[in-house]
Amino acid sequence: MDFMVFQYPMITVQACLDGILLGVLFALIAYGMALQWGVMNIINIAQGDLVILGGYIAYFMYLYGIHPAWGVIVSPFIMYFVGVGIYKLVINKVVDRDLFISILATFGISILFMQLMNFAFGADVVLANSGYGTTFLFDSNVVLPNSKIFSAVVSIAFAICLVIYMKKSKLGRAIRATAQNARAAKILGVDTEKVYAATFGINAALCGVAGALISITFTIHPYMGLPYTIRSFMIVIVAGLGNLPGVAMSGMGLGVFEEFADYILGTEFRIGSVFLLLVLILVYRRFKLSRKREYLK
Amino acid sequence: MKKNLILYASILVFGLAAPFIFPAFKVQLSILCVLIILAVTWNIQGGEMGYNSFGNILFYGLGMYLCASVQVGMFFPLAEWTESGGEKTFVHTPAQFFQGMAAGLVVAAVVPTIVAGLIGYSILGLRGHYFAICTLGLGVAAGEISGGIEIIGAGQGFTTPPFPNVGGLEARGEFFYFCSFFALVLAFITIRAIYSTRFKLILNAIRDNEDKAEAMGIETMKYKIIGWMVSAFFCGLAGGIMGGLVGYIDSTDVAFDGREMGVFMVLMAILGGKGTLWGPIIGATVFHIFKEGFWTFFLGWQYVALGVLIVVIVIYFPEGIMGWLREKYPERFGEVVDEADRKAQVELK
Repeated sequence: MDFMVFQYPMITVQACLDGILLGVLFALIAYGMALQWGVMNIINIAQGDLVILGGYIAYFMYLYGIHPAWGVIVSPFIMYFVGVGIYKLVINKVVDRDLFISILATFGISILFMQLMNFAFGADVVLANSGYGTTFLFDSNVVLPNSKIFSAVVSIAFAICLVIYMKKSKLGRAIRATAQNARAAKILGVDTEKVYAATFGINAALCGVAGALISITFTIHPYMGLPYTIRSFMIVIVAGLGNLPGVAMSGMGLGVFEEFADYILGTEFRIGSVFLLLVLILVYRRFKLSRKREYLK
Repeated sequence: MKKNLILYASILVFGLAAPFIFPAFKVQLSILCVLIILAVTWNIQGGEMGYNSFGNILFYGLGMYLCASVQVGMFFPLAEWTESGGEKTFVHTPAQFFQGMAAGLVVAAVVPTIVAGLIGYSILGLRGHYFAICTLGLGVAAGEISGGIEIIGAGQGFTTPPFPNVGGLEARGEFFYFCSFFALVLAFITIRAIYSTRFKLILNAIRDNEDKAEAMGIETMKYKIIGWMVSAFFCGLAGGIMGGLVGYIDSTDVAFDGREMGVFMVLMAILGGKGTLWGPIIGATVFHIFKEGFWTFFLGWQYVALGVLIVVIVIYFPEGIMGWLREKYPERFGEVVDEADRKAQVELK
């Protein structure tokens, strides 16, 4: 336990800024999850592992002497095809089945990816050094790495591009129609199979962007995927499906919460507090809904 | 009925004689017993009640830590024990070891049951995938948090008391085998007994349509909690035995091991066939044989195999072995089949 936070107000500012910059990244991953959850009604446990895989793509570009920031462009392209591949192999067989089946199937994919990445890239914690330097604010009391600011700006840009794409393009309209009513969309000539594949691909591409940014700002490790899945799940249920400002806000809120948990409880309880928060949020929602005789469905 | 009695008697005799027939596989047989307990108790939630839990690992890990802590804490200061790690400054006498183990197993079974009862009301109100993810979070959170608590060894792990030097070389394996075998027999008898009562019908009603069951006047929440408490009791017991058997408790790799045990119990029950009494037992046996073969010959690739296995079972084999048998030989399961109707269905397909 450490109560430095309350004695030095600058640490509070630092934690808030760190948390917001981190939370934007979480919101980007959660946006992908909300997209495929809304359209295909699938909860993808392998979401976090897609993020880590995207991070390794940027890391390898860094190893071969290319600036890792280009990973933000390259990684989504590769990840799109990885996502479509996963869809064709596994997900299209579980789309219209029981939700638990899809959870378990993606859990299997998650374990598979974890181990394959462990073989391919080794079990070391790695990061791609962007060499962006740091910004000092408030008399050097608050230190912000420029890479974090870069990652937040890039994620916001990607999110805005995607929102416009979903509103304007033909595929975006088809995706939204399928999310509203898959059967009606099919009758009206939408190839839902293609829409599903594209949705999963876009989700994977978003994960790729987020992963590349995480490899620049933080660290990546083959086994770090599950916390990202849980965070994005939590953000989506707090915000609700199809509520974009809500996703952004709750993403930042979660980021700030984590930074404070880190300062107050200690780093060893950081992941544990995220998972505990998930349980608490679900239980809170269960009691809130039970007053109206409803339930989470 | 008489045929069943002979079957049970022969299984019991085989179980009692197994460590002497296959002395080299005693540890494997004990692990098999623990796996069967976990699969059978998971089946109460996942198969009969329709609540797919990833969180039964919570009770398993809790039982493991509690049993070891009680066994040590009854006679020695716990903090110093965990601090000394592998070097044993304190040694249990045989009497202390067995007394501690007995008391530890009682605590390991009772406390998770109480915990299940306390959290049951909040957690079991969730439905479908919210329940699945919430319990997944519970298991991982327990692992992460217990990995930060100093008194039970934090990150460096907890060494359970070594088996005292009595009864020769084979005594340790035989002791743990009989512990786990008796726990299995107890679990099987209890579950078979409750499956023959109205309780099972209520659980199935909850699975099929909870709202209707509630409208029929069944207090579904009460039965859900009782079902979870039964699971927690045996999971805790299995965890306590497993802790002694492994000899070393790590927070995320042994106790709250969601990546292994937590998935295994789900997979075994599905492989054998959810919602049947014998399915999880058959599933656990098949899975254990497969797992040991794979873990021995393809070391390093086991998690790849596990991931592929999960996907394949879930997609192509969701009904499990019992479901497949049921489709093939429905007469054996007491279903009356109209031949003409069956043929008509086949033609329709």
